[in-house]
Amino acid sequence: MAMTMTQKILAAHAGLPEVKPGQLIKAKLDMVLGNDITSPVAINEFNKAGFQDVFDTEKISLVMDHFAPNKDIKAAQQCKQCRTFAKSFNIKNYYDVGEMGIEHALLPEKGLVAPGELIIGADSHTCTYGALGAFSTGVGSTDMAAGMATGEAWFKVPSAIQFNLTGKLQKWVSGKDVILHIIGMIGVDGALYKSMEFTGEGLKNLTMDDRLCMANMAIEAGAKNGIFDVDETTLAYVKGRVNRPFNTYKADPDAEYEQVINIDLSKITPTVSFPHLPENTKTFDEIGDVPIDQVVIGSCTNGRLSDMATAAEILKGKHIAENVRCIVIPATQQIYKESMKLGYLETFIDAGCIVSTPTCGPCLGGYMGILAEGERAVATTNRNFVGRMGHVDSEVYLASPAVAAASAIAGKIAKPE
Amino acid sequence: MNTKGFAHKFGDNVDTDVIIPARYLNTADHKELASHCMEDIDKDFTKKVKTSDIIVAGYNFGCGSSREHAPIAIKAAGVSCVIAKTFARIFYRNAINIGLAILECEEASEKIADGDEVAIDFDTGVITNVTKNETYQAQPFPDFIKDIINKGGLLNSIKK
Repeated sequence: MAMTMTQKILAAHAGLPEVKPGQLIKAKLDMVLGNDITSPVAINEFNKAGFQDVFDTEKISLVMDHFAPNKDIKAAQQCKQCRTFAKSFNIKNYYDVGEMGIEHALLPEKGLVAPGELIIGADSHTCTYGALGAFSTGVGSTDMAAGMATGEAWFKVPSAIQFNLTGKLQKWVSGKDVILHIIGMIGVDGALYKSMEFTGEGLKNLTMDDRLCMANMAIEAGAKNGIFDVDETTLAYVKGRVNRPFNTYKADPDAEYEQVINIDLSKITPTVSFPHLPENTKTFDEIGDVPIDQVVIGSCTNGRLSDMATAAEILKGKHIAENVRCIVIPATQQIYKESMKLGYLETFIDAGCIVSTPTCGPCLGGYMGILAEGERAVATTNRNFVGRMGHVDSEVYLASPAVAAASAIAGKIAKPE
Repeated sequence: MNTKGFAHKFGDNVDTDVIIPARYLNTADHKELASHCMEDIDKDFTKKVKTSDIIVAGYNFGCGSSREHAPIAIKAAGVSCVIAKTFARIFYRNAINIGLAILECEEASEKIADGDEVAIDFDTGVITNVTKNETYQAQPFPDFIKDIINKGGLLNSIKK
């Protein structure tokens, strides 16, 4: 039977010649990820079940990023619990303050995830690594605990939607606009339980950062995973990062898709998701005057070097509007350092922004930029649910780094010119 | 296995941020999580909910974050089952893995009103609306998932 790219990776990891949509399988894991919020729950379960050892000390990653550097005493306790666990089981990929970055920017950067691999993470945005042609999906803490103990997880094989990309993005339009456009089109449950497979001749015009951003938000359409064909861009990215053999998979030409959606990249314009769902997208012909109080540029969606570059290009020599607070968060130490070398951080500070050490912080309403009642933020993050960045009566507008930077200068939602 | 309780009705796309806001994720304590359950969508929920009550919702219940704190908060608040038209996939996994009963049933979701008394037979998937004297048929779980639930959750099911 013909298989999609996702189905091929699942079959290979289940030791089966083929799998079908709806089939329940047990598959071997190449990486199990957790953070400072989800790992404590997993560790409690792991201990309660009485497991004596982890399946592989090199195939577990623990990243302290959500409430780290510790935002309060309870957060400090949670990080301490993870640190102790990592030490006692000799977990090699433990990343704490000083080395850590936002998990989904850090793991690809460090070469901890590779094409054709199967990754689970106790974080919904684990789907990010599909950008590299891996099967990667978010799970809960109990799945993480079981994964750490056995190196296996159960899956229901998904059906798929194919996105056939053509054309080239216009100036100031990025992967973020493409994925917001898609979520606006299919809805927040438009790909529920399914794979989103990205292919087509337009793929060559998308950078790795564009792809990571798009795969990252597959979960916002309800998808099990988002996955991209492996091409020269992918191989160039993993070269020098991944030093182990890996396999690349390609969907069979006659693989079955529930739906094929054609996307002409050249037709996409800057897109903003209005509160309180990522599917509430609008383009600038539909956006009136929306004054804002805060801008956040960062997160696992848009805290990468090209995002910093775009924001710096727009903010250079300008100053943000009075009464707007702009928080810039490079996603990893490496990105922070590169941004410093390239002069981006100076540009941000001169423009009146602040620059933070890597953290998920404000994206999920943790700390480092919580909104008050009635306040509005434009954020390059991934969710705009009720209360996501703070007060239950605050609002988050999701956008690209270009729109976010332009909005910071204008003091209202604005299009980069 | 059976349960009986009063329905608390919610709409579509109830996300994990309103089930348990991230500001409370600095703890894994079940009782503390339960005390903030549904706070950002219905601030009186924890005052109203009684042991064995049932949540009834629309499409895509539990969308968003993978936080297992969400089904934990619901279960620890005393809720015995969540009925929805569909569930977001990570929430679905998490609920099974921690032993929170969930059922997909469009008809029940449409017809059960807030406050209705509802009885559920998990073996057959039959949902009885005691108040309205109606019954609805939910999809029973596949055997693989029944096995996880019968063994008391994922970790018990994989222990050698």
